[in-house]
Amino acid sequence: MMLQIRNLHASVGGMEILRGLDLDVRAGEVHAIMGPNGSGKSTLAQVLVGRETYDVTGEVLYEGRNLLAMSPEQRAVEGVFLAFQYPVEIPGVGNLYFIRTALNMMRKQRGLDELDAMDFLALAKERMKFVEMDQSFMNRSVNTGFSGGETKRNEILQMAVLEPKLAILDETDSGLDIDALRIVANGVNALRSKERALLVITHYQRLLNYIVPDRVHVMANGRIVRSGDKHLALELEKNGYADFEQDTAGGARSAAGVTS
Amino acid sequence: MSRRENTLLQGLSRLESRRNGHDPVWLKAFRHTALQRVSERGFPTAKDEAWKYTQIGRILDVAFEPAEADASLRLSSAAIDQLAGDLGGARLVFINGYFSPQCSSLKKLPEGVKVKSLASALAEEGESLEALLSRPFGEQTHAFTALNAACAEDGAFVQIPANTVIEEPIHLVFLSDPGAAFPAGPVVSHPRSLVLAGPGSRVTIVETYAGILDEVYLTNAVTEVILEEGAAVEHYKIQNETETAFHIALLDVRQERDTQFATHSVALGSLLARHEVTVGLHGPGAKATLNGLYMPQNEQHLDNPTTIDHIAPECISRELYKGVVDGRGRGVFDGRVIVRPGAMKTDSSQTNKNLLLSESARANTRPQLEIFADDVKCAHGATVGQLNEEVVFYLRTRGISQIAARNLLTYAFVGEMLELIRVQPLRSHVEKLVALRLSAGGVGMVAA
Repeated sequence: MMLQIRNLHASVGGMEILRGLDLDVRAGEVHAIMGPNGSGKSTLAQVLVGRETYDVTGEVLYEGRNLLAMSPEQRAVEGVFLAFQYPVEIPGVGNLYFIRTALNMMRKQRGLDELDAMDFLALAKERMKFVEMDQSFMNRSVNTGFSGGETKRNEILQMAVLEPKLAILDETDSGLDIDALRIVANGVNALRSKERALLVITHYQRLLNYIVPDRVHVMANGRIVRSGDKHLALELEKNGYADFEQDTAGGARSAAGVTS
Repeated sequence: MSRRENTLLQGLSRLESRRNGHDPVWLKAFRHTALQRVSERGFPTAKDEAWKYTQIGRILDVAFEPAEADASLRLSSAAIDQLAGDLGGARLVFINGYFSPQCSSLKKLPEGVKVKSLASALAEEGESLEALLSRPFGEQTHAFTALNAACAEDGAFVQIPANTVIEEPIHLVFLSDPGAAFPAGPVVSHPRSLVLAGPGSRVTIVETYAGILDEVYLTNAVTEVILEEGAAVEHYKIQNETETAFHIALLDVRQERDTQFATHSVALGSLLARHEVTVGLHGPGAKATLNGLYMPQNEQHLDNPTTIDHIAPECISRELYKGVVDGRGRGVFDGRVIVRPGAMKTDSSQTNKNLLLSESARANTRPQLEIFADDVKCAHGATVGQLNEEVVFYLRTRGISQIAARNLLTYAFVGEMLELIRVQPLRSHVEKLVALRLSAGGVGMVAA
């Protein structure tokens, strides 16, 4: 098992956002997490990459090791990656330099040789094709003055270069027009492999037409309330989330009975 | 005069006797007037607006002796490269304020160009310098400037004839070597430099101030730059004294019609430093650019007062100062822009940004606009902030350690200032100094 989440709770400022979440993800699988706004999807993503603003309890095992005990940079070195919903701008730091620094810091931690500028450029150029980016992106400051679509493509480019084992995509489809969505999805699909697991967080079913999931989970009020195969996403598209929100508000149904 | 103030003046009588016979009559009279001014006005206190943030008690407490010229002091050119960088052009080296011909290299320069020590200029053509050197002091002149006038014996003298262009930078290196100086103990040097850019001429001047040993010393420097019609001067000042030193300096610039002056100040060294820049825009169409980077750490206090005086109409001034403050350091920016009556169509902008890296770091920023003319465009802005923790977190999720992330972002903040340095070997030298400074806190982060 690549990722095992048991009874995960997370709160911020006394407000509980995750309320006992369980999830299992195997290598090679693509899991979609869907749910209404405020259900805790993004919090789950942030907690998994080590955001320190949350009080977290419960257990998260990543390749059998305690993920919650690792620093954000350690998790990255171990192969956990998040494509941010809102990637930050970093004026003054060139995109190429940033990604090379990230890759080389990880390689160093893993006991590998650092890539020199030429080798890195060759790698970056190859991976840029995945997301149809041209080199002008690389010379600009990270995400500075990028359009919404460009920041999302830049996240997938980083993923393509850093080659994580567990990649979490947080609403990567939000704010994308249909062309950008296709490009981003193609980039993600190119990275699907037996060794890699993907956790795709999305509000809409639309993205899942392009990135076809093995499992679909519905999140509401901080828990996974239902799991199924890709057909569940279509059902949600038709009927909306209203049923699930009512269910959990009453505390009638728990995740236990329906997870895989 | 208080007893404390005597300490800086006590060496003067010895200086005077040593100098007897050298100075022309006018200079003697001028020094006398300057000294009187020191006595009358006294050294600045916290009550002086312009010295509000910079208290100089620590300087006045030290019994400084004036440094003396010592021809036996030598440094290899490799050692000087290390301290100041090798910029490829003419290099004048001053040790404890006195010209060292042995350490200097004067390349062949175009005909009529004069690059030499002020002492030899005074000896060779003293009378012609009278009008330049004995300019009456303005209202703002403080005791340190007056003291420099009273005491200065040497410095650089650069004169570029009309329509002459010098491509390679002229490097003025002021090294303090208190360990080798006579008399033993804390010494003060008073370098005085003069740059005269003739009509239509173009030149780049780099001033580097550096110390050799971690001992207490004081550099009290005055540099004057005069640009005649259509001249363009690019000026750099790298202040990298040892962290035990005091550094008080004035760069005074006079610009005539259609001149272009740019200065870039990088302040890294000294326990306490105050690098003042005053620019007078006397002719229409003149443009002044003032850039500055100051990076106090530990207990350092780095003050950067600037005054841009728009006297003539249709002049442009651009000012960008950035401070990175770490440890218990303190950075000060005090930027005055004056637009005199009649200076219509003035276009001025001023920006000061400060980055605080520690809980105890402090920055004071004081932009001051004094506008007495209509139809002017003046903008200014100042910020004091910390590293964006959102961005630090983003970098950490990419495997970049917290320390490296902070260094990377700090370097990005500073990078804008480094890119403004157009003399390539100087930029490389400063990049190295800055990277060294930032890596002192953790993992090294070098420029892309």
